[in-house]
Amino acid sequence: MAAKKTERRDKLVGAATYPLDWLEERSGLVGGIRYFLFRKVPGDSSWWHTLGSATLTAFLVQLVTGVILAMYYKPSPSEAHSSVEHITHDLWGGWLVRGMHRWGASVFIILMFMHMGRVFLFGAYKYPRELNWIVGVLILATGLFEGLTGYLLPFDQTAYWATVVAVNINGTAPFVGPYLATILRGGAEIGPDTLARFYSIHMLLVPGALLGLIGFHLYLIVRLGVTSPPWSKEAAGREPEEEPPARSGLVQPGPRAAGVRRRPTE
Amino acid sequence: MEERPGDDRPQLPQPSLWPVGFAVGIVCLLVGLVVSWLVAAVGAVLALVFGFLWAREVTGGRQPAGGTAPDEPVPSAPAAAEPESGERFPRSRFLEGATLGLGAVIGAVVTLPAAGFALLPGFLKQKAHKVDLGPISDFEENKWKIVTFARDPTHADISRRTAFVRNNGLLNGVPSFTIISNRCAHVGCPVQPGGPVFQKEEKTIKTANGDVLMTPVLPAAGFICPCHGGSYDQEGNRIAGPPVRGLDRYEFDIVNGRLILGDLYSVVKVEGSGKTAKIEKVELHGPGQHADGPESWLYPLQPPH
Repeated sequence: MAAKKTERRDKLVGAATYPLDWLEERSGLVGGIRYFLFRKVPGDSSWWHTLGSATLTAFLVQLVTGVILAMYYKPSPSEAHSSVEHITHDLWGGWLVRGMHRWGASVFIILMFMHMGRVFLFGAYKYPRELNWIVGVLILATGLFEGLTGYLLPFDQTAYWATVVAVNINGTAPFVGPYLATILRGGAEIGPDTLARFYSIHMLLVPGALLGLIGFHLYLIVRLGVTSPPWSKEAAGREPEEEPPARSGLVQPGPRAAGVRRRPTE
Repeated sequence: MEERPGDDRPQLPQPSLWPVGFAVGIVCLLVGLVVSWLVAAVGAVLALVFGFLWAREVTGGRQPAGGTAPDEPVPSAPAAAEPESGERFPRSRFLEGATLGLGAVIGAVVTLPAAGFALLPGFLKQKAHKVDLGPISDFEENKWKIVTFARDPTHADISRRTAFVRNNGLLNGVPSFTIISNRCAHVGCPVQPGGPVFQKEEKTIKTANGDVLMTPVLPAAGFICPCHGGSYDQEGNRIAGPPVRGLDRYEFDIVNGRLILGDLYSVVKVEGSGKTAKIEKVELHGPGQHADGPESWLYPLQPPH
């Protein structure tokens, strides 16, 4: 009786995991995701280490809400402001999605700086992770550029004059400044092309760059691993590294993920 | 767990003083650009010399720094050493070059027009629009008016500009006007008149450029910027605050008794006032860009405005 039951259970589990196995055999995706999610991290990593993922989450929120806002926003000088009003006041849930995008932008920037501070104070930018610091700074710059270009889009007085000032500050850069300002405005003065140009930069050009940079940032994290905190005894070699307890339950570490547990030098 | 020496240690360069000298040279150069040619020249020489020494040390410093262990396994022969083949220019290398070259050509054919389309239109056909401000009889002699108009009627509100206009009376039988742009020379906020604005006497006239709004004003204290406190006198000379020069002015024309606004130009200094003012004109500069003194060398070429 009992044997029959387990046999049936095995069959069911087999049927349920068949699609996953099919996918894994043809793409290695399941193993790849396992490898990404079940990496080895230092045992004494703390909540401070979550700031990076928090920033990523904020970015994803911007991505999703931005795509939806683009369904209703109209980037022309005569319609931009009224379409934002329409989103905020008339459309169902518009106030929420626009609010998430608007306030989420600040959250994204603040989290980037906090994450940067954590990395700095933990010394996590040191060898061999210097390149990841550099990529992070590029992400910060492109993120701030997102803030600048997005600020114009509601097209009210604040947006307009803030952009005038920001573009003119760019214009004071030595030698290239005047040209930079003209490129940003798409002309000698702020005009209808400026808004469409900022919109395109804000939703296509810079997010594309950000996605690439974030992908490279994550690749380097997976390749180099997470840094121990500066107070880590484990990293200082004062306490022997314990073998992590065998995981049980739904997610068993696969052979690839298990392989990562050992350092190549061991 | 045993660590192999030199395995995951950073290969740090030797400590060096050359970068410090290089940095000092750069600082001298930048300060010298503002202060004097001599300092700039000394800075440039310093930067060049120390930069060269630094570069030589970095590129030459690869050889044994005494740290490499002799018992370390010899790295495998560089991949560049290809097996000798009879041909001097093998077929494989030709194909490789052809693929890369063709790829580059295709990439350029696609990218260059797109990049040009993105960047160039902003620099081309940037001609100023003549704006009709109505009959000059609307402007009383020696009185100021705030005039708000559309620089390009097809662009509606976004091309709305404001100027302060004063009729200076006749100069050698020709009407003379002072037309000052309200764009602050700091970062481009709209400056405000320092004095009463007579809103009740406001009037709108219709011209070929759409509505032109005129409001009499008495800018007794000149013009003041609300953003960062730049202030100017009635001729647009900078008195105080962060602006780097005076307010820009518009050229003008009188056609059939009507005041026609022309191009903008920047002003270094205005001596005197009214119709006898001596205006030191320069090409239109963006806000925050110096138009005179050594700082103006930082903006040698202006794109078409």
